[in-house]
Amino acid sequence: MAQVSSIEDENAPNLLSTSKSVLLRISRFNPESDDSSKFMEFTVSYEKWTTVLEAILDVKKHHDHSVAVRYSCRQATCGSCGMLINGKPRLACFTKISELDSNVVTVEPMNNFPVIRDLAVKFERLFETHQKIKPYLINENSELESDEREFLQSPKEVEQYIQFANCIKCGLCNSACPTMSTDSSFVGPQALAQAYRYVADSRDKGKDTRLDIIDESHGIWRCHFAGSCSQVCPKGVDPAMGIQFLRGYLLGFRS
Amino acid sequence: MTKDDNKGGIKGMVNPNRFGIERIAYLLMRLTGLGLLGYFIAHVYETSNILRGRMGWDDFLAMTQTTEGHIFLVLVIGMCVFHTGNGIRIMMGHGGVGVGKPARPDYPYDPASQNYRHKIGIYSSIVLAAVAMMYGMAVMFGE
Repeated sequence: MAQVSSIEDENAPNLLSTSKSVLLRISRFNPESDDSSKFMEFTVSYEKWTTVLEAILDVKKHHDHSVAVRYSCRQATCGSCGMLINGKPRLACFTKISELDSNVVTVEPMNNFPVIRDLAVKFERLFETHQKIKPYLINENSELESDEREFLQSPKEVEQYIQFANCIKCGLCNSACPTMSTDSSFVGPQALAQAYRYVADSRDKGKDTRLDIIDESHGIWRCHFAGSCSQVCPKGVDPAMGIQFLRGYLLGFRS
Repeated sequence: MTKDDNKGGIKGMVNPNRFGIERIAYLLMRLTGLGLLGYFIAHVYETSNILRGRMGWDDFLAMTQTTEGHIFLVLVIGMCVFHTGNGIRIMMGHGGVGVGKPARPDYPYDPASQNYRHKIGIYSSIVLAAVAMMYGMAVMFGE
């Protein structure tokens, strides 16, 4: 299935035309018809600002429109285009080819997520674990009937959780996590970081409920602080920090 | 693991590439943990030889006085020192100690939990293990 072609050979105008080019290897796999994944190879021209997503979309536009890839915002906000780029989980729209410092760019679907087709993966399990930790404020006074009340917070209180509220649910942390590679039941760094986001919120009263949810054999205790989740997070959420703080509550280091 | 799961599996778990020294420390911690578990089982078997009397005990102990036995013990020393040093670092981190403070993240989003204190802890554990192994070699092979 390996195929080498040059986009510059196409008749269609190529806006990315430049003297630099890179070999883009795209993993192709359809679970309904294929036994294993294969790579298709394309020679792609790029500028220093060209992202991996733009290169993939260029391949779709000029050579093979059947390449399956999920994307939306193109600005690292929607969290749709997570994939393995040269073996590391990254957002394709947030990764410039020039930054990779390689003549070959290999894109594969994220680990630890079932493949729908090619680079698109299923997010059901991530959303399921995210829902499991009750990602909302638990406070009996949170249902306001009029605008006469509000929940005031100091900047210091906001700083306790705002970093973790940046999560875009792209799944890169779950893909990088070594525990998720072998444990299908592990709740995962994304959900655990979100558990901390609400536990640390001064308006929330559901700390004990959430700690009960994650205090199980496939819960927080399966994290071994490898830190890979934090290293791949494109929004600076630092799930490893949140998880250790949560564990601090369970171990009695924090109250 | 089926392709449907697309799990990284053991290969994905042990792959230390592209994730920095923390992931290498994670792998070493697991390997040394398994190594020390193996040593513990072997040690229980070894000491049970005392039931065979003095002759049996001396015969078995002689195995550790060979070159291979010394190399094995040097490895055990290294595993023990690294596992202890890195284990203290991890235990403190697990309690939320030394993992930084929550703050508004700024690009390029260097994770505060992977800070220099932890890196120093990892490199120190590796260096201490190497020094202990060299001392062990000097004692065992230096006779």
